[in-house]
Amino acid sequence: MNLFEYIRPASLDEAVAAGSEPGAAYLAAGTNLLDLMKTGAARPARLVDVTRLPGLDRIELLADGGARIGAMVRNAELARDRGFARSYPAVAEALLSGASPQIRNAATLGGNLMQRTRCAYFFDPASNCGRRDPGAGCDARAGLNHAHAILGWSDACLATHPSDLCVALVALDASLEIVGPAGRRVIPLEELHRLPGDAPSRETALEAGELIVALRLPPEAAAVRAHSRYLKLRERTSFAFALVSAAAGLEIADGRIRRARLALGGVAAKPWRARAAEEALEGALAGPLAFAEAAALALADARPSGDNAYKIELARRLVLRALERAAAGTPERIPALPASVLADTGATAHA
Amino acid sequence: MTYSFSLTVNGATRAVEIEDPRVTLLDLLRERLALTGTKKGCDRGQCGACTVLVDGRRVNACLILAVTLDGAEIETIEGVADGNRPHPVQEAFIAHDGFQCGFCTPGQIMSAIGLLREGETGEDRERIREGMSGNLCRCAAYAGITEAVAAAQRALAAGDRRRA
Ligand SMILES: Cc1cc2nc3c(=O)[nH]c(=O)nc-3n(C[C@H](O)[C@H](O)[C@H](O)COP(=O)(O)OP(=O)(O)OC[C@H]3O[C@@H](n4cnc5c(N)ncnc54)[C@H](O)[C@@H]3O)c2cc1C
Ligand code: SF4
Ligand code: FES
Ligand code: FES
Repeated sequence: MNLFEYIRPASLDEAVAAGSEPGAAYLAAGTNLLDLMKTGAARPARLVDVTRLPGLDRIELLADGGARIGAMVRNAELARDRGFARSYPAVAEALLSGASPQIRNAATLGGNLMQRTRCAYFFDPASNCGRRDPGAGCDARAGLNHAHAILGWSDACLATHPSDLCVALVALDASLEIVGPAGRRVIPLEELHRLPGDAPSRETALEAGELIVALRLPPEAAAVRAHSRYLKLRERTSFAFALVSAAAGLEIADGRIRRARLALGGVAAKPWRARAAEEALEGALAGPLAFAEAAALALADARPSGDNAYKIELARRLVLRALERAAAGTPERIPALPASVLADTGATAHA
Repeated sequence: MTYSFSLTVNGATRAVEIEDPRVTLLDLLRERLALTGTKKGCDRGQCGACTVLVDGRRVNACLILAVTLDGAEIETIEGVADGNRPHPVQEAFIAHDGFQCGFCTPGQIMSAIGLLREGETGEDRERIREGMSGNLCRCAAYAGITEAVAAAQRALAAGDRRRA
């Protein structure tokens, strides 16, 4: 790990001033940043600790039916908030399917959104990686890439964004409040992460010194709460990143879908909103025909970036299941194995 | 530059001065405060051997910079027994063979204490297993660990609320 200067600003203004200096990085819980600093993949000259900034740790359920959540709220705390989980059950399930209880107790909302890819070459400074070092090429092209992207990738980078939380939030049209040297602005979460194109090192829409201060969910996000699921396929039952995941939310009246929300994870450098699939679902009868069509549409543009053609069929089937489970109704209580396809089939997850 | 701060470890206030901000909570405990009960497995958040409680919540000590913890309350395996009387979770691990080599055990026990405080699993074995999924055991003592946590839960429900 490189040596750095550590500072803990007392106000948002001080934080943004310190965070705008060249070489500075914001430090939240550090569960991703410290990990990257240990391998040498990240080498910030100065860490600006934002965990104690006043007013960023609140969960507010608003009178209009929306929600505003401070960027420093811990992942476990948000998942456990009864009112929040009732309104946005797929978000709570996504949170509880991520990482481990220890990491969720520490990890912040802002840090989860801004976490970097898990591409092994990105973590390893001895490898060539154009996302880490502009112009360095991409060792994943001819390397281990079975878990890499099937949508939105380019020859420059095939990495995926690893967050579970983001997938459910993007499906629900979340937006971000951002404060930076030029003031405050609000952007859709869907615009935060960028597809790689020919400049994979420009990972997000944040400008230098910009800090996420809060997340907002619109009132409509709660409209799908009775039929919401997040499902995640991993290489082991728990405590693993998604190979593919899907967040599905439906509003159903008299057997017909009035509103559909669908996003995929583990498939691209950003959480992937499946709008064509949503359009096909809206107005259709909630049933196998509409779900199969939507699942096919969600993956229509997918193509393998390496040894990962299997992920296309895997994702299609997972979307189908997520829609079926969502239509069956949000479970009373989040299953013992959150987001697991094994959870409510009666199958025993652990032999 | 010198970083000075203080934190409470197992009830005692400790003033700390470090020259190097790279020290993690895990290294502070093991290398500077001579509390080697907390183990270093992966040092990357992947195994849970370093689990301690910070302000009552279980976390991985290897992924926290010590300097960020000014004023925090830390509980480690060294602090859980009541004098010579083991913590109910420690007793349950002994009674149910919750370990073999013992390397992961301090982390397992701290994680189990955190899980019982969170109070979300009851004796549901599947919820206990998921709740303990952040702690790997190379010896695969998982069956014993699961039973130990369920037994500790039972003991607590039956009124043995000593310091849990
Ligand atoms: C072993 C392991 C397994 C994991 N498994 C999963 C999983 O299954 N699913 C999943 O979703 N995640 C998983 N994670 C990732 C984990 O969720 C993230 O590490 C965590 O959410 C990051 O939050 P943090 O507060 O620790 O962020 P930090 O590590 O402090 O910061 C991460 C990045 O975000 C930036 N940042 C932080 N806050 C802000 C802000 N408010 N505004 C702007 N930039 C900011 C930092 O500069 C840094 O670049 C896993 C992590 C580990 C170590
Ligand atoms: S896939 Fe992207 S992150 Fe991975 S090595 Fe290539 S450029 Fe780097
Ligand atoms: S040593 Fe901290 S999780 Fe492995
Ligand atoms: S008892 Fe040996 S690693 Fe768990």
